[in-house]
Amino acid sequence: MVAISAEETLEREVRVPRSGKATPYLFLAPYLILFSVFVLAPALFGIWVSLHDWDYLLEGKPFVGLDNYTALFDGQSPVSGDFWMSMRATGIFTVFSVPFLVVLPLGVALLLNRPFRGRTLFRGLFFAPFVLGVAVVCLMWRLLLDPNLGLVDWILGTPIPWTTATPWAWIALVGVTVWWTLGFNAVIYLAGMQDIPRELYDAAKVDGAGRWGEFVHVTLPGLRPVALFVVTTTILASANMFGQSYLLTQGAPGGETRTAIMYMLQQGLREYKMGSASAMSYLLTLLLILVSVANFRLLRTRP
Amino acid sequence: MKRYTGLLALAVLFVGPLVWALGVSFKTQTEATRVPPTLLPTEPTTSAYGTVFQGTTDTPVLRWFANSLVAATGHMLLALVVSSLAAYALARLEFPGKKPMFGVIVGTLLVPGFVFLIPQFLIVDQLGWLDSLTALIVPGAAGAFGVFFLRQFFLGLPRELDEAALMEGANHWHIFWRITLPLSRPALATLAVLSFLSNWNDFIWPIYVIFSPEYFTLPPGLSILQGAYTIHYPVIMAGAVLAGIPVLILFSLTQRYVIEGISRSGLKG
Repeated sequence: MVAISAEETLEREVRVPRSGKATPYLFLAPYLILFSVFVLAPALFGIWVSLHDWDYLLEGKPFVGLDNYTALFDGQSPVSGDFWMSMRATGIFTVFSVPFLVVLPLGVALLLNRPFRGRTLFRGLFFAPFVLGVAVVCLMWRLLLDPNLGLVDWILGTPIPWTTATPWAWIALVGVTVWWTLGFNAVIYLAGMQDIPRELYDAAKVDGAGRWGEFVHVTLPGLRPVALFVVTTTILASANMFGQSYLLTQGAPGGETRTAIMYMLQQGLREYKMGSASAMSYLLTLLLILVSVANFRLLRTRP
Repeated sequence: MKRYTGLLALAVLFVGPLVWALGVSFKTQTEATRVPPTLLPTEPTTSAYGTVFQGTTDTPVLRWFANSLVAATGHMLLALVVSSLAAYALARLEFPGKKPMFGVIVGTLLVPGFVFLIPQFLIVDQLGWLDSLTALIVPGAAGAFGVFFLRQFFLGLPRELDEAALMEGANHWHIFWRITLPLSRPALATLAVLSFLSNWNDFIWPIYVIFSPEYFTLPPGLSILQGAYTIHYPVIMAGAVLAGIPVLILFSLTQRYVIEGISRSGLKG
């Protein structure tokens, strides 16, 4: 930077960056190698696997076309009964957890929305469970929900089989999930609320709107894009549910709370029937795409 | 006042279970199985922690703790390095194919994670990484979130400094190292904490790619501990505390970064 040669002066004048054609690719290379091997290749390789009778432990992996997919819809096949039962479990969990995880965090965010002393502390407290992993959360709640030794049944005054019988197991799975992840959605709502222009609230006041009027006419419409994000990600997260069933109920009673991901991984990574399990993962993805598109249209086009 | 009543009630619901579980880890086995349960330990003891620290061949809890630390730190560093380099190219350099490349990378964020699990298992097996910490460190760093997150941040940085440096004869490596990275400390800190947390807490991947107790991290280890100690709740809770306290401390120190990062990336995404 001290001595500038004629060539560099010229470059300076035409403002050509001093970098070769290879520079961008050198910056990208480390990531692109990882990305290709661990993201791109698996996404495509999985499709290939799903078209074969891919048993990890066997030498031959014969091509079977769409058989793994059609078997899921064939009532006679050994997998379809269990698969749809697990899809039903995922469906039940999603239908019951999503409304709570969309509405309750909105209430919490409203409580935190105005400036007051201790706001950051409370926000942190409500968010704290989310930074714990599913294993810690579920071990803790297994103890809290123990029918004999747990605090919950002692407070309720009656032993309830939270982890061994329905509908209690569903209530436990939904309740623990809400406790664990509520803070995440609340923080997203809160950020959305802070992006709503203050002038809109001032205008609402001038028009004589009360607190409820402000909420209905300013806050809710202003949160539309955020709500779309919350609903979509919450549905996806619920459809991905695995750890809570694995650790809290172990699928009990009789596989009723075994979710689709849990069944898919049991087939694929415990019994090593990877072709069939891959087919399940793509079928579930397809369903999730349909749900997301429907959800997007519903929330976006409402006036 | 009404606001505080509501907030305090909620705080009890969120913190109460944590405090009670922490209390159980300091109870004797007799007290932990007493009916009705005590709220806090009446005769606090650290004997459950003694059991956990001592460990057994099947439940080497301290080893799991060390594994978790190594895996989460390794994953965090790798993710920071590869993501920031790639994000710089995508935010600041021009090259053919940039737009479609970024489109493909971001597009994978929309693919649900479970789709990758089985083929990733097969690839990790081909690489000979099954049952090793490498399997927990490397594949996760390929995720698109870090690249997307840092690119957005880099795009928001003023270009004047870069241009001035270019005119002074600096190359892009200098600009990346001396200008972009120092200006991006908050974003890098956020990504570092989020990467560490996600790896530390990961459960679904390690339970399938690790087979030997000595290579487990804490989350899969805890499910083994639960199986081994069934209703010895003080021991199980001591294990949970060992896995939970570090992330709670990390979170309390970096709350601003974590929450801002999550809310910003959530909204812009």
